[in-house]
Amino acid sequence: MPEITYREALNQALREEMLRDESVLLLGEDIGVFDGSFKVTQGLYKEFGERRVKDTPISEDTIVGAGVGAAMAGLRPVVEIMTVNFSLLATDQVVNHAAKIRYMFGGHATVPLVIRMPGGGGHQLGAQHSQSLEVWYANIPGLVVVAPATPADAKGLLKTSIRDDNPVVFIENEGLYNTKGEVPEGEFLPPLGQADVKRQGTDVSLVSHSRMVLLCLAAADQLAQEGIEAEVVDLRSLRPLDVATIRTSVEKTNHAVVVEEGWGSYGITAETAALIYEAAFDFLESPVARISGVEVPMPYAKQMEQACIPTVEQIVAGAKKTLGKAA
Amino acid sequence: MPEQVLMPRLSDTMTEGTVSKWLKHPGDEVKKGEPIVEIETDKANIELEAYASGKLARIVLQEGQSAPVGNLIGEIALPGETTPSPAAAGEGRGEGTPTPVPPSLARAESPGEVVAETEAKRTEPTEQQAPAPSPRPPAPEPEAPEPEGQLRASPIARRLARELDVDLAHVKGSGPLGRIQKEDVEAAAKAAPAPGSRLPTPAAEAAPDVEIVQLNRMQQTIARRMVEAKGPVPHFYVSMDVDMAKALADLEELNDGLPKEQLVTINDLIVRACALALRDYPDVNSFYQDGRLIRNRRINVGFAVAVQGGLMEPVIRDADGKALKELAAESKALARKMREGKAEPRDYEGGTFSISNLGMYGVTEFSAIINPPHSAILAVGAVQDRPVVVDGHLAVSKRCTLTLSADHRVFYGATAAEFLRTVKQKLEKPLQLFT
Repeated sequence: MPEITYREALNQALREEMLRDESVLLLGEDIGVFDGSFKVTQGLYKEFGERRVKDTPISEDTIVGAGVGAAMAGLRPVVEIMTVNFSLLATDQVVNHAAKIRYMFGGHATVPLVIRMPGGGGHQLGAQHSQSLEVWYANIPGLVVVAPATPADAKGLLKTSIRDDNPVVFIENEGLYNTKGEVPEGEFLPPLGQADVKRQGTDVSLVSHSRMVLLCLAAADQLAQEGIEAEVVDLRSLRPLDVATIRTSVEKTNHAVVVEEGWGSYGITAETAALIYEAAFDFLESPVARISGVEVPMPYAKQMEQACIPTVEQIVAGAKKTLGKAA
Repeated sequence: MPEQVLMPRLSDTMTEGTVSKWLKHPGDEVKKGEPIVEIETDKANIELEAYASGKLARIVLQEGQSAPVGNLIGEIALPGETTPSPAAAGEGRGEGTPTPVPPSLARAESPGEVVAETEAKRTEPTEQQAPAPSPRPPAPEPEAPEPEGQLRASPIARRLARELDVDLAHVKGSGPLGRIQKEDVEAAAKAAPAPGSRLPTPAAEAAPDVEIVQLNRMQQTIARRMVEAKGPVPHFYVSMDVDMAKALADLEELNDGLPKEQLVTINDLIVRACALALRDYPDVNSFYQDGRLIRNRRINVGFAVAVQGGLMEPVIRDADGKALKELAAESKALARKMREGKAEPRDYEGGTFSISNLGMYGVTEFSAIINPPHSAILAVGAVQDRPVVVDGHLAVSKRCTLTLSADHRVFYGATAAEFLRTVKQKLEKPLQLFT
């Protein structure tokens, strides 16, 4: 299998879907002539022209609104919002329109729209540009929320999302664009709503999504050196959430650590921990450990910023705590 | 002293009860006459009312746990009392130990002696709980009472303890704060396999060919009582006469001109009739094991063959899916192998139902003994010319008496009768058997 970056994987997914289906088009700021702020759309404007790759004004509300309308009219738009932080300007379009229309029109209209946007911090971009807000969207019925961790899932899930008739919020991570991984050749279409066990283990389940999956895999490597076999569960989809895979893993390991880059209060880890208690209480050996970002607006100073984002060491310590071992 | 809540005797046959639900939590106000706990007996669920007003001070027997009649299951603190008595604190360490305290003793004796009684009970688990006429000699130093609160065990440890019949009060925890972990329970279970463990044999658990049906409390009681009444397998018998005229005529036609080794017998016809009827009555194709039904998904019919010095039961696997001639050929081959002493285990193992035919000896009817783990066996008598009454007139008919011996733990009279009637109908209108 060829090894490519997360960025290239997304680019391939967009290109392949645009070639496959003429109704797929791209909307976003600087995605055309400039090839995208994070270069995900590189070369697509040149290949497909301005009818299929549209540079838009700096107005997220308008971009998503146009995407919703185009989707209702029968196209399959893929909207790029530069980062999840700017999507706040478009929340009315996402939450009150994209998510609701199929239901409020009794199924007579669908919104096959994909909204791509990276989240995450760690690049000294300040409090307003370093957030992980996927949980906001994961809370909304009517949306599908996807957050792949690897190039293979990024490519496969983006293609599945484009083909899905529901509005999909597709969360990328700025820290993942340059990561490399093997991507299956040919059509690879993982279903939405299905988690993936990225590493098999017997002693403790590390449950996370997006970039934190890589930290969990690194933590699992460290734990293995001490004879602890961690299983790494990559949620991949946050809505719908794959409870069965989480439960199966915890039933096997009896211990769980849940991890997210964003804030834990009312967060993805709050949800996964609660589901574990509901679905696998009788299989637990110890309380679920929650690891999430420090609950402050993100500091700009490098050391302070790093101190606010979960680390491999914290995950290792969390796993040991659930196992009753000294960190 | 707090009012003790004891396991009540709710019926004449009740020897123990299970707490299905506490309707009050420790600390809740209770009024005299108010239901405080739901008790499940072998017959029904009954709410137990408080005998005194106060506060529920302590729950001794947790939900899902059982205890003999008369045992302490909880305590109500009377107005003015706030904490459990010293006796209570000493004896009820851990929810896993329902402590047998005969009411008279608990009330009359001093706390220390109650503890001693408890300890003595623990070391003599086989002894029945007859009220002790006098206090026993003090047991070895009772362990220091656990501090207030419940015993610490992880959810998986509690679950395993339930499944493996391990009393958590006797397990030492190795986890943080002394929490009992899964490993601790597994070690305890390994060290002392519980008598009458509820765990099924691994074979039954793993077999893909069976479905496990949990029997309810009443059904388990019936099973236990039947065994008490008659040996390990409580037999009952149901007989029915079958008009075999049509089956015999059809059989004669089928066999006409066939070489001897291909002849189809009445026995083959009965095997096929039973196999098809078993499809409709899966309980007859099941067996009983530790409070559960193991329902066989395959229908493997065995038939008794007399051999030198004994009896063998070759098995026709998936008999319901085999055509009559195929079945006849297989039964002939199997019977020959049995008689020649060439039988291999796979020829006679794995049966789910059996048939014993003594018709060739002129036996009119008989009752067979079930071959465990089957739950039924069909005894087949001879086909004979018998006088019968048809429309008020005497007539002569070819009759055969079938007697089903059945395991009363697995199914009951009505099912036995219905099954037998189905077999009879198939034999009297035998077209289906020949197709």
